[in-house]
Amino acid sequence: MKSKTSPYSKLIKGAALGVACGVGLSVSAMAQAVDFSGERVEFIMPFKEGGGSDTWARFFAPLISEQLPGQPAIVVKNIPGGGSTKGANIFQQRAGNDGLTVLGTSGSTQFPYLLGDPRVNYEYKDWKAVLASPTGGVFYVSADLGIKSAADLGKLKGVEVKYASQGATSLDLIPLLAMDIMGLDVNAIFGMKGRGAGRLAFERGEVNVDYQTSSAYLTKVLPLVEEGKAIPIMSWGVLDEDGNLQRDPTFPDLPHFAEAYEMMNGKKPSGVEFKVWKTFFAAGFAAQKGLFLPKETPDEVVDAWTEAVKKAVATESFKARSEDVLGSYPQAVGKQAQKAFAVALDITDGDKEWIRNWLTEKYGTQF
Amino acid sequence: MVEAFLTALVTVFSGVHLLYLAGGVTLGLAIGIFPGLGGIAGLSLLLPFLYGMEPTSALAMLIGLVAVIPTSDTFTSVLMGIPGSSGSQATVLDGFPLAKKGEAARALGAAFAASLFGGLFGAAVLTAFVLIARPVILAFGSAELFMLTLLGLSMVGVLAGNSLVKGLSACGLGLLLGSVGGAPATGEFRMTFGNFYLMDGIPLVVVGLGIFALPEIIDLLRQNRAISEASELGSGWLDGVKDLVRHKWLAFRCAVIGCIVGALPGLGGSVVDWIAYGHAVQTSKDRENFGSGDIRGVLAPESSNNAKEGGGLIPTLLFGIPGSGSMAVFLGGMVLIGLEPGPSMVGNNLDITYTIVWSLALANVLGAGACLLLSKWVAKLTTIPYALMAPFMITVICFAAFQATRDLNDLISLVAIGVLGVLMKRFGWPRPAFLIGFVLASGMETYLYQALQFDGIGFLTKPGVLIIGVLIALSIFFAVRHIAKSKEEPAVKTDVDDPSVPENRTPQILFAGAIWLAFAFGLYDAMQRTLLGGVFTAGVCGVMLVLTSVVIFKLVKGDINDTVNFDGEVAEGYAFDRSVASMLHYVYWLVGLVVACYLFGYVISTALFFALFLLVKARASILKTSVLTVSALAFMLALAHVMVLELPRGLLQDAVNMPWPLG
Repeated sequence: MKSKTSPYSKLIKGAALGVACGVGLSVSAMAQAVDFSGERVEFIMPFKEGGGSDTWARFFAPLISEQLPGQPAIVVKNIPGGGSTKGANIFQQRAGNDGLTVLGTSGSTQFPYLLGDPRVNYEYKDWKAVLASPTGGVFYVSADLGIKSAADLGKLKGVEVKYASQGATSLDLIPLLAMDIMGLDVNAIFGMKGRGAGRLAFERGEVNVDYQTSSAYLTKVLPLVEEGKAIPIMSWGVLDEDGNLQRDPTFPDLPHFAEAYEMMNGKKPSGVEFKVWKTFFAAGFAAQKGLFLPKETPDEVVDAWTEAVKKAVATESFKARSEDVLGSYPQAVGKQAQKAFAVALDITDGDKEWIRNWLTEKYGTQF
Repeated sequence: MVEAFLTALVTVFSGVHLLYLAGGVTLGLAIGIFPGLGGIAGLSLLLPFLYGMEPTSALAMLIGLVAVIPTSDTFTSVLMGIPGSSGSQATVLDGFPLAKKGEAARALGAAFAASLFGGLFGAAVLTAFVLIARPVILAFGSAELFMLTLLGLSMVGVLAGNSLVKGLSACGLGLLLGSVGGAPATGEFRMTFGNFYLMDGIPLVVVGLGIFALPEIIDLLRQNRAISEASELGSGWLDGVKDLVRHKWLAFRCAVIGCIVGALPGLGGSVVDWIAYGHAVQTSKDRENFGSGDIRGVLAPESSNNAKEGGGLIPTLLFGIPGSGSMAVFLGGMVLIGLEPGPSMVGNNLDITYTIVWSLALANVLGAGACLLLSKWVAKLTTIPYALMAPFMITVICFAAFQATRDLNDLISLVAIGVLGVLMKRFGWPRPAFLIGFVLASGMETYLYQALQFDGIGFLTKPGVLIIGVLIALSIFFAVRHIAKSKEEPAVKTDVDDPSVPENRTPQILFAGAIWLAFAFGLYDAMQRTLLGGVFTAGVCGVMLVLTSVVIFKLVKGDINDTVNFDGEVAEGYAFDRSVASMLHYVYWLVGLVVACYLFGYVISTALFFALFLLVKARASILKTSVLTVSALAFMLALAHVMVLELPRGLLQDAVNMPWPLG
């Protein structure tokens, strides 16, 4: 899985570096004072134009650009494909360490890495995380199921619930595994083109349980709750410093997953399945989107980026608009981002084995 | 509501709004003219400007951009036979033959007039429909969407050309190619040979370019002439407008189709133009000219694909679910501006919705108007000797295909499908039927599986399903009646010496045999999958094996005058004309270009290709060659840089760090 640089390509890189020095882009000069004046930064986005991650990148690009030394233009370059593995592979392969190429990832990039997808040729641990954007999610059910809150979840034992999903190895792994841990009998219907399509199936009454990320929940599901068609059951929660699940501050009135489990089953969730769920939850929500610099980027450049992002999230224009685009979660910058990803991308071999078996048994996923 | 109406009206016609709208329109026209780019690339250009702009002005620019892309992409569809976007593939069928007849200006005039009409109609319908759209959209579930894909498939009946079995087999081949990649129900990878590129499926843009554009280019090169046969360009764009007036009801019906299909999330914009085209053929009494330059074949898809954008706004605004790539971009733009789609768009934000709807109408007027005025001049492109045009077109096609997934495999698929297209054209396998199959494959399988999961087999009794079922029955009835009628007519070609009837049928038999093998492989592959992952392709291949067997049997044993028997090489007289280059000749040129791209990257290979082609094929002087090569390359590079697009890299670039632009 780990991509090792071959001695051959090192040789070539060395030669290339030599050429670069000859042209005048001296590495040592760059190290002394980071200045991106007149440069163009490529923000690699392994997703299609117009989606959630793309919007996230395009929201941040101008804000960070203003704060970087020399204010280089930041352009978003979309390289979709292979469930976002393609863009990440290209970044791993080609990005130079001059701070002019950065990568934006999402849970869909983290999951294949954790699951050991053969298409993954990138190594997160090589990269320098600059920013981690968290989000949350809310699980809700149809009023037709006849339950009013998480306290009634017990009534669903033995009832088949239907869930419209994009695929078992997508971010939908979180709700699918959560429902399985709770002991719900889930019939997952795949082939949805996005969470929006899943919500539409819920609104049509084709399925009776669904989840949405926080911002989509607030704008598109809350009206359904007010009409009495949807019943919110739980949020996924947020992870505290010690990695324990706490209530999501955006939804303080909703129990988090572990609480809901306890309401249903009378005991706290435990065991390998809950541990695995938390790992994937961290990679899919707590550190859902990340901004990375390639490996071997000099510290000065990493620091310049970190500073710029720190300043960007402190500006008035960020504060004014971030809630609409990102939801009300604190952005993790620099050290915090690195820590968030260290937690999110750490999976033991045993846990990996467990989840792969679970996916194969439950959903016939082939690895 | 009246208040929202008035507020929106005042906004739309304010000077600033109009100015930004015009800006968006100009940008959209400039980008849309380039095949394969579409609104998505426009966003990269536009977004830096949107940032920090007044929301309504930003919105105006966005709408201007999105609205006119299905208008200006018509230029390449009609003039060069290159489908400008997936929404204008059907326009190629009759638009390009018209251009070849020297009636490019008329075809463009008709296309833009139809676009204008469709756009305005869409906006008018939207004004009322948006208020009641929510329950209507919610009524269309997976079951109804599945039935709609069947309705689309029933169009094959009228697009099958001379031989129905061949038409159905071609459609089946499209279905098979469309199922390459992840199975919707299980995510299993089908027919991918472990290749990562194939796992995502072959992109529609690549298939459209390969199946339509490349065969035409090769054909014209072999004949070595200008696109237009006529030395003087015939009737002008005003005649096109008159055509629209003459066929106003057809345009009206197609605009309705565009609105409805566009408003349903899940079918995607690429089906609309085909349904409209099929509808035009079905409802016409005289059909001989469809496919060889019938103006109705241009009017129908063009009036529907602009109406579609209006329809597509509904799920985007009300549910935040984009129906097409450009709507996804629009949605992303809205979020950045600070507008959140959802039920509020018909509540508190109704005035914004109306502003959007009417801006769309206005943008259509501006865009189609500008194109109409331009069409007279642009039509002159068709009189340029083809050998001079060809390298430009081939580079543009490669560039467009590469933008599909920005992978070198896009170019390989392009040439492979191009070869398939050349052969299908030669042996009379209808390419529209193939493309319909391809476009509908994934939707059909996904919605059938979902409908069965949601409602069981009982989905067949849902009222919506029954209504669409009646429409399908009607569509098949029209097709059957048409075939029966044409059978009644006495066969004209009874003369054994008819030179257009090929006597040597071996090439055709070999081609049909290869297709049979493809289905056999599809069936074998499906057997390796789980039930849910393989049942769709297994079913398709099972039926198709029988149908292709019939084709082969007829070719081997049947009457030489059977409609199955067709060979373009003989029918066009190429087989007896030594001045015509061999069919494979230009295929080699294309393969050479792709191999060079693989080795040296796009920039170097295109430069070589350009220079060589112009020197050898167009016999251009060295000066002319260098000027053309340099300016074409400079243009592509500038475009790629400004729009932040990737150009194909080769092994050379991977091994050695090359300076820009070679790297």
